[in-house]
Amino acid sequence: MSILVDKSTRVLVQGLGKTGQFHTDKAIAYGTQIVAGVHPSRADTVLHFEGETDHSGVSGREDLYSVDLQVFATVKEAVAATGANASAVYVPPPFAADAIMEAAAAGLDLVVAITEGIPVADMIRAKRYLSDKKTRLIGPNCPGVITPGECKIGIMPGYIHKRGRVGVISRSGTLTYEAVHQLTLLGLGQTTAVGIGGDPVNGTNFVDILRMFEDDPETEGVVLIGEIGGTAEEEAAEFVASTMTKPVAGFIAGTSAPAGKRMGHAGAIVSGGRGTATAKIEAMTAAGIVVATTPSEMGEAMLRALG
Amino acid sequence: MKIHEYQAKQLMAARGIPVPLGRVAVTVDDAVAAVRPLIEESGNPVVVLKSQIHAGGRGKGTFIEHPDIRGVTVITDGIQGGPEAAEERVRDLASKMLGSTLVTIQTGKEGKVVNRLYLEQGIDIDRELYLAVLLDRAVGRNIVMASTEGGMDIERVADETPERILREEVDPAIGFADFQANGLSHQLGLRGDAAANFAPFVKSLVTTAGELDTDLIEINPLVVTTGGMVMALDGKMGFDDNALYRHPDVAAMRDESEEDPTEIAARDAGLNYIKLDGTIGCLVNGAGLAMATMDTIKHVGGEPANFLDVGGGAAADQVATGFQIITSDPNVKGIFVNIFGGIMRCDVIATGIVEAVERVGLKVPLVVRLEGTNVELGKQILRESGLDLVAADNLRDGAEKILELTQ
Repeated sequence: MSILVDKSTRVLVQGLGKTGQFHTDKAIAYGTQIVAGVHPSRADTVLHFEGETDHSGVSGREDLYSVDLQVFATVKEAVAATGANASAVYVPPPFAADAIMEAAAAGLDLVVAITEGIPVADMIRAKRYLSDKKTRLIGPNCPGVITPGECKIGIMPGYIHKRGRVGVISRSGTLTYEAVHQLTLLGLGQTTAVGIGGDPVNGTNFVDILRMFEDDPETEGVVLIGEIGGTAEEEAAEFVASTMTKPVAGFIAGTSAPAGKRMGHAGAIVSGGRGTATAKIEAMTAAGIVVATTPSEMGEAMLRALG
Repeated sequence: MKIHEYQAKQLMAARGIPVPLGRVAVTVDDAVAAVRPLIEESGNPVVVLKSQIHAGGRGKGTFIEHPDIRGVTVITDGIQGGPEAAEERVRDLASKMLGSTLVTIQTGKEGKVVNRLYLEQGIDIDRELYLAVLLDRAVGRNIVMASTEGGMDIERVADETPERILREEVDPAIGFADFQANGLSHQLGLRGDAAANFAPFVKSLVTTAGELDTDLIEINPLVVTTGGMVMALDGKMGFDDNALYRHPDVAAMRDESEEDPTEIAARDAGLNYIKLDGTIGCLVNGAGLAMATMDTIKHVGGEPANFLDVGGGAAADQVATGFQIITSDPNVKGIFVNIFGGIMRCDVIATGIVEAVERVGLKVPLVVRLEGTNVELGKQILRESGLDLVAADNLRDGAEKILELTQ
């Protein structure tokens, strides 16, 4: 098993500009079931994708792929026509929160918002809108979700992943790749890797995903990658201590970050002495999480935690 | 983005939120000229001269050049000597404050140069409270935070006497409800006119936060006057950079003299750059990896010269600009490029590096670590360029190599 996505996940893509098309192509090459596009100004057109299959994920496929993707004006129409149950959002920031709400209104199980730079106020409203819907939102400002060999929604390079027994969860995109790459090189494959995003207001937090990994029989251990700002890592540590039976390894980025400066991610800031890397590392260590001293040792930390 | 106190008060006043009368001054003459009309309009012979910098603690801060002068001074000379005496005092103080460096608990010991002063009417204060509207990340909503401990360092209050901090969540679909405003007012011990004035004040403040996309509005202190009025004696506003496109009037308030010029150049190029004190420049994609790269440089014994996240969708010329910004820092003795391409393709980074070196030359050692989307193409571009660089296998290897080359 895995969490959130698998080979039965039927994905539609919202926002098929240059970036959306580039990553849709990569996802199709990887073997993801991309079933529809939603882009109001390109509605009723067909986008063609073809190229060399990425065999790092699903094996046994033909070496070349050629896919025609129907583009719809609304998510509702796309769902009615294709039975899509998940969405990847590449819509530009001013319109992205609306796209998230549209996906929830259409009853999708999962929305993965890749878009970076959505106004916080828009996300506050979208989160409120989603509160009584069944839809789970991952992101925004995240690399996406991948279950190796089955389904890739997002912008992560597929080839670094390998199917296996470790769950990965992170606030940072590129650090997730770093962790996954190390795990793969050490022979530790992944069940699912989830980027929850670097924004201060997001759809899913560490605890939500930790609970899913705890309940997933295939996952034997979890790598949790946090960074400065907020208290999500402290809450995760509390959950690990109180509820998790599986080993957890971790890393916190930003030990060297100066206070009061926003380190790229809207959510990565130490303010008023709160959200420091030191406090997070202490909380995680106290919870029994094996914390890597440098990002180059995330894979080894997982190995140690697994025993 | 941050703005000055006087700008925050302008924005509040425009929305009907009571603030003291005041005038901004950038020269000594401006400041002196503001005294008489302010005294006449307010009917109060007391005026307050306030340094305008993007940092708190101004009231207790002092100037490097004039250790006896504080960042905020109450001028009472007008009570005995009339407006002329107040003018005289303002002239003396303003001439010393403008252009001098104010050091507060928030500026660091290097301080900040004061280029603007704000002259404000004196207020007869009955009580000082604390009020703020800010994001609570744990719930994903704005909250109103209030305290009876006005004028204090609120983080200390939160640590030492957390029961004195009151919180009320703002429902984005409802706004701040009357019962919440009235409840806060009562808990703060406000009665009569003060209570009647507080509720609309806090509601307007919440509305303002929503309308202007602030990430923080902090009023410390919020004062109750002896006449029962509720007024923002200080005002701090920060804005969500991602929403500034909706507020050109706010964006126009940006005071670039408060920011590092290289950080401004980076922002204009769409890059996230923060200057630090070390010697190893880093160019990285992704905020988390950029932080982790700095952490690793530090861990192996080096000091990072900067944080630079070239972002997810950077074009080759943006990468080149980032490279230029790093090399413009005279402290930089070597550069470590660390890329794990997802949305960012390694070939784009490689092209950017080659372009940058063609544009500005390369006078310091360069270590490059590439991994991810189109990595082979990226490596090929670098190889064929003939650039003098050292390739690294992983993050730690790269950090160690650049440290060795710079020592």
